[in-house]
Amino acid sequence: MFYREAGDFKTSYRADSQTFPIRFDRYRYYVVLAIAFLVVPFIINDYWANAILLPFLIYAIAAIGLNILVGYCGQLSLGTGGFMAMGAYACYKFMTAFPDLSMFINVILAGVVTAIVGMLFGLPSLRIKGFYLAVATLAAQFFLVWLFNRVPWFYNYSASGQINAPQRTMFGVEITGPLAPAWATYLFCLVFLTLSALIARNLTRGSVGRKWMAIRDMDIAAEIIGVNPLRAKLSAFAVSSFFVGISGALFFALYLGAVEVGEAFNIQKSFLILFMVIIGGLGSVFGSFAGAAFMVLLPVALKVVGVDLLGWPTDTVAHFQLVIVGALIIIFLIAEPHGLAQLWRLAKEKLRLWPFPY
Amino acid sequence: MLDASEGFTTEDGRRIGGVVMEMKNITLRFGGVVAIQNISFDIREGEIRAIIGPNGAGKSSMLNVISGFYVPQEGEVWFEGRQRPKVKPYEVARQGIARTFQNIALFEGMSVLDNVMTGRLTHMKTGILSQSFWLGRAEAEETANREVAERIIDFLEIQHIRKTPVSRLPYGLKKRVELARALAAEPRLLLLDEPMAGMNVEEKEDMSRFILDVNDEFGTTIALIEHDMGVVMDLSDRVVVMDYGRKIGDGTPDEVRNNQDVIDAYLGVAHD
Ligand SMILES: Nc1ncnc2c1ncn2[C@@H]1O[C@H](COP(=O)(O)OP(=O)(O)OP(=O)(O)O)[C@@H](O)[C@H]1O
Ligand SMILES: [Mg+2]
Repeated sequence: MFYREAGDFKTSYRADSQTFPIRFDRYRYYVVLAIAFLVVPFIINDYWANAILLPFLIYAIAAIGLNILVGYCGQLSLGTGGFMAMGAYACYKFMTAFPDLSMFINVILAGVVTAIVGMLFGLPSLRIKGFYLAVATLAAQFFLVWLFNRVPWFYNYSASGQINAPQRTMFGVEITGPLAPAWATYLFCLVFLTLSALIARNLTRGSVGRKWMAIRDMDIAAEIIGVNPLRAKLSAFAVSSFFVGISGALFFALYLGAVEVGEAFNIQKSFLILFMVIIGGLGSVFGSFAGAAFMVLLPVALKVVGVDLLGWPTDTVAHFQLVIVGALIIIFLIAEPHGLAQLWRLAKEKLRLWPFPY
Repeated sequence: MLDASEGFTTEDGRRIGGVVMEMKNITLRFGGVVAIQNISFDIREGEIRAIIGPNGAGKSSMLNVISGFYVPQEGEVWFEGRQRPKVKPYEVARQGIARTFQNIALFEGMSVLDNVMTGRLTHMKTGILSQSFWLGRAEAEETANREVAERIIDFLEIQHIRKTPVSRLPYGLKKRVELARALAAEPRLLLLDEPMAGMNVEEKEDMSRFILDVNDEFGTTIALIEHDMGVVMDLSDRVVVMDYGRKIGDGTPDEVRNNQDVIDAYLGVAHD
C-alpha cells in the first residue's frame, strides 16, 4: 500500500512534534483542506449545506471544545447546550448593539464572553469531581437557558421572545439572513472550524495540553510537578467554552437564523455533543471531527436507507437511531474509550505494516 | 566533623556543603495517630540522605511534609536559609523540589516522553495565546525543553520506550520513568520514596547506579526512603532512623549500625 513511514526519519525534535509526523498523513491533510476550501464551495447546494455540511462544521467546533474539557482535562460537563446558548445570545447582542462590527469579530467576541462565563461555572471544579461536577454543570445548563428565556434584555424585548439574526455581509457577500448563499455560510463556518482545530491541536501538543492531561490522569501527581490545579482546570474551561461559544454563535447566526433558546440549546444538545466526543474519541482532535460527522450523518443515512429505500415509518427509524446511538455509547465507553479515532489509528497501524505484519 | 556548617568531605572525596533543608521539631498528627513526633534533622547540599525505619514509622509522612502535602501541626521547615511558610505542593515544586512516590504516580494515559516532559513544566513559561498559534517562542521553548527531557531519557536508558504509553510498561520501568520525570525538573532537592521497592536484584543495582550517578553528575541533593539495608548503607552519606514517629538515630551508616536503639528497633519490632 501507499501508507509508509519507512525512510521518513526525523532529524529534529521540531519535526518529531509536528501535527502529522508521517509525510503521507500530511499530504492527505493538505488534500482534504484543498477540497474543502476550493472544490466544495462550487458544488454545494442548499440541501447539502443545511442537512449535512453546516451542522457538521458547527458541531465539530463544539465537539473540539468539549473534548478539551472532558477528553484532555478529565472534567465532565453537561452544560454544553447552555454555553452554546451563551455564545448565541452574546453574538446576537453584539450584532444588534454594534451593527457595523465585522461578523468575524462578533463571533470571536461571543467566544470570549462564553469563555469567561465558562470559567465562572468551572470554579466548583476545584472542589468537586466526576458525578458531582457533572451535576454542577447541569445547573449551568438550566440556569443559562432560564436566564435567556426570562430576562427580556437578552432578546431585545422582542414580542416572540426569540432572537433573529440580522443581515450581515462579509466582503460584500451576505452570510446571515435568508438570502445568504450556501457557499458563503459554508466557507465562513469552515474558516472557524479550521482555526479551532489548529489552535486545539497546538495547545494539546504543548505544555498547556500536558498540564490538562496531567490533571486528568492524576491530579495529585500533577500538583507535585508544579501544576496549579485551579489554573489548569480554569484554563481548560475557558478554552473549551471559547470554542463552544463560537459554535453556538454560528449555530444561531448562520445555521438557524432564529432561535428559541429552550428548543435550540436544551439539555439534549449537551448530550448530543457529549455523544460526539465519546463516539469520536476522548482526547483526540480528530475524534471530534469523526464524532460530529457520525452523529450528523447517522440520521441522514438512516432516513435514506430506512424511509426512502425500505419504506419504514419515520418514527420507527427515529427509534432505531436512538437504539444505535445508545448501543454505540455503551460499546465505546466499555471497550474503546478512544472511540472512532482509535479504530482509525489501529487500522492505520495494520496498514503501515501490511502485508507483512511481523 | 558533621557539625561544621560549611560542610565536610566524604571518604570517597565528595564535597558535602551547607544545610539546604532543615526540619525543626516537626510534629504531625492524624486525629489520634501521631505520625511524626517532634523530629528535627537536616539535609546538606550534595549529600544522599536516607530515612529508614520499620513499616508505619512515619517516613513517607516526613517526605510528604517536605513536599508540602501534609502541613505539620508543630515545627518549622527551613529551605535554603529561609523559613518556609505554609505552601501548596505545586509551589514546593517550583522552588526546585521534585519527588517520586511509594506507589507510582505516573500519568497513565500519556507516553513516556510526555510524562518526562511534564517534569519540565516548571521551566516552561509561554502562555496559552502564543501556544495557540505555535509562534516562535512557544516552539523554541518546546524544542529546548525537549532536549533536556531527551538527555534524561538517554541518561536513564529508556530511549527504546519513549513513545510507549506508560500504562503498558512493567513495574520496574515505571519506577524508572517516574525518576526520569522528577529528574527532568532539574531539582535542587530530589525526594525518593522507596525507589527500589518491589524490584529484583538486577533492577535494584541499576537503580542504585542511577541514584549515585545523578548525585555525582548533576550534584543533586537526594533524600530517600529505603527498606533494603544493604542498599542504604552503600548509597547514603547520612541516615535518619525513625520508629513509631520518633527519631531514634541519626548519623553516618556506621554510626547508625552500631546504635543500640536502632538495633533494638530492628530486632525487637516486627517489620516488613
Ligand atoms: N493520610 C493519612 N491519614 C491518616 N493516617 C495516616 C495518613 N498517612 C499516614 N498515616 C499514618 O501515619 C503513620 C505513618 O505512616 P507512613 O506512611 O508515614 O509510614 P512509613 O514509614 O512510610 O511506612 P511504610 O514503610 O509502610 O511505607 C501510620 O500509622 C499511618 O497509618
Ligand atoms: Mg512509606
